[in-house]
Amino acid sequence: MHIVVCIKQVPDTKNVRIDPDTHTLVRQGVESIVNPFDFFAVEAALKIKDERDARVTVLTMGPPQAEEALREVLSRGVDDAVLLSDRAFAGSDTWATSTTLAAAIRKLGDVDLILCGKQAIDGDTAQVGPETATMLNIPYATFAKKIEPMDDRHLKITRQTDEGVEVWKVPLPALVTVIKEVGEPRMPSLRHKMRAKKASIPLWGIQDLGLAPESVGLAGSYTQVVRVFSPPRRGNRLMIQGSVEEQAERLYRLLKESKVPGL
Amino acid sequence: MKVLVDRQKCTVCGVCVDVCPFSAITLTETSIEVSDACTLCGMCVDTCEFGALSLPDVGAGPGEDLSAFRGVWVYAEWREGLIHKVSYELLSEGRKLADKRGVPLCAVLLGHGLDGTLAHELIAHGADVVYVVDRPELAHFTDEVYGNVLVELIREKRPEILLAGATSMGRSFIPRVAACLRTGLTADCTELDISPEGLLLQTRPAFGGNVMATIVCPHRRPQMATVRPKVMKPVKRDGRTGSVESPTLPEECFRARIEVLEVIPEKDQTAKLTEADVIVSGGRGLRKAENFAIIEELAQLVRGAVGASRGAVDEGWIPPSHQVGQTGRTVAPSLYMAVGIAGAIQHVVGMQGSNVIVAVNKDPMAPIFDVATYGVVADLFDFIPAFIRKIRQDRGEL
Repeated sequence: MHIVVCIKQVPDTKNVRIDPDTHTLVRQGVESIVNPFDFFAVEAALKIKDERDARVTVLTMGPPQAEEALREVLSRGVDDAVLLSDRAFAGSDTWATSTTLAAAIRKLGDVDLILCGKQAIDGDTAQVGPETATMLNIPYATFAKKIEPMDDRHLKITRQTDEGVEVWKVPLPALVTVIKEVGEPRMPSLRHKMRAKKASIPLWGIQDLGLAPESVGLAGSYTQVVRVFSPPRRGNRLMIQGSVEEQAERLYRLLKESKVPGL
Repeated sequence: MKVLVDRQKCTVCGVCVDVCPFSAITLTETSIEVSDACTLCGMCVDTCEFGALSLPDVGAGPGEDLSAFRGVWVYAEWREGLIHKVSYELLSEGRKLADKRGVPLCAVLLGHGLDGTLAHELIAHGADVVYVVDRPELAHFTDEVYGNVLVELIREKRPEILLAGATSMGRSFIPRVAACLRTGLTADCTELDISPEGLLLQTRPAFGGNVMATIVCPHRRPQMATVRPKVMKPVKRDGRTGSVESPTLPEECFRARIEVLEVIPEKDQTAKLTEADVIVSGGRGLRKAENFAIIEELAQLVRGAVGASRGAVDEGWIPPSHQVGQTGRTVAPSLYMAVGIAGAIQHVVGMQGSNVIVAVNKDPMAPIFDVATYGVVADLFDFIPAFIRKIRQDRGEL
């Protein structure tokens, strides 16, 4: 079984803050990390590899430094990595990103299963997985919490929805996006770390993928950002003073007056 | 490709250098330089007060006659016999967009064994036309069949705009619809508007909610967006009239490769966070699992759901289904009470859309107070029992 895991290198948004005075992004201490959800996809792939004969390839599209993200994932025990990098890929929306990933997966050829994190924390769109699967004309299942091979050609997928849980029988090849319940990501091992350090990672650009420059990057995108701005700050914060009893009384009265439900 | 710099307008003030999340802009004595690290995210463009920065245009793609597309559509989400509230919210927003454009507003209702009154509910909430497809293959959701049916309807009727809820269903199958139709899709919008030329202005949070971005899809149709629940307000008017149509679709639309084996509704109703009107959340400040009891007590008293920060979930005090935040659920209730939660950005992005936010924390410097409507600096183990007593007293229960 050949499993491909698609990952993304993202800015560590949880450390990003807006400076309340200048309204600009405070970048200090913000590093590039592997999208946290993608580690769950890597873990899901390695779990399958633990139990059956499987090869795992990790794929990312990004600037040249995204190679670090691939090595980070190789150190967890993934077999191979491929970096998709080309100036022509810059500015990709989800459509152009999916076009590029789908082309790379076609080039890899013998892929049975593609795993992705449920979404990336910088854009939070959750679109690239489903769009890539649609372009490859294979079925997909999103928000999987459990992946169980049924036989060589089918997976039993347990997926989390807003209403509960669904169990699907999904034929391979397929794409699955995963949530954290698939399992705690394993730590890098010394052996894999050494291997990751030395691994040679092929770099594919548009020519390797047989893509036209107008079909990728900003030129190949359908959506366009026209404005970026800071979210409006809540200006009316009220700190409630007094003893605990007084605070409870005041808060209760304020909530009553603003007619919030439940009170 | 990189951000474009108009050297005539640039004053080399350096503001963009600090704004760039990718450190792609550097300052020299006489100009700014943009390196290959530029991802065209656009952060710098809006901060430049001299208008010196701009993004290159997106590709036009294969030419399409945009004027052939007319009308605003809302996907009406049917689950467990009911229409999801977000669909009514989208109808009221869709009504405004349709009126501005002078075009009809249509709802699409897919499912099986559909109650005949549902289509009329959609009309009462603003739809002029409701397209109903009722088939056994639609009894359970799959991305494939739901996607195929919606794609086929759109190909036939050609709406200019399609809106769907950013629910687990919408976020899952709408990307398939967009990919099949070769058009752009914007996820998780919190604000919509329309330009005089008919461009849908889709505003959504990005970078974990630290910035807002307005996105357009200039060259393809329909313009598609998923919209967060509880952001728009539904408007119902009884006596509104509209028509109900049941289009016939090709059989191959209903063929699925995926088989649904089981659908298990969540037993724990309190975990239905995204639907809740009131949420009381606990964090690390609770110190141990047993102390979640006071959160539960308060939640029950105000008929709310129990939420939690990642910290509390990571400690194993409460199951992950209660987690609010970037790696948990995004919620926007009328009242959100954050108790013993510091307010890391990853939590804040999941609840900042709430109408009223109450923060209770001992640490007056806790970042949660930055997003609070009402802040209480107190020991939660003193304050919450006092607050519970207050409610009970007022209700005559004490």
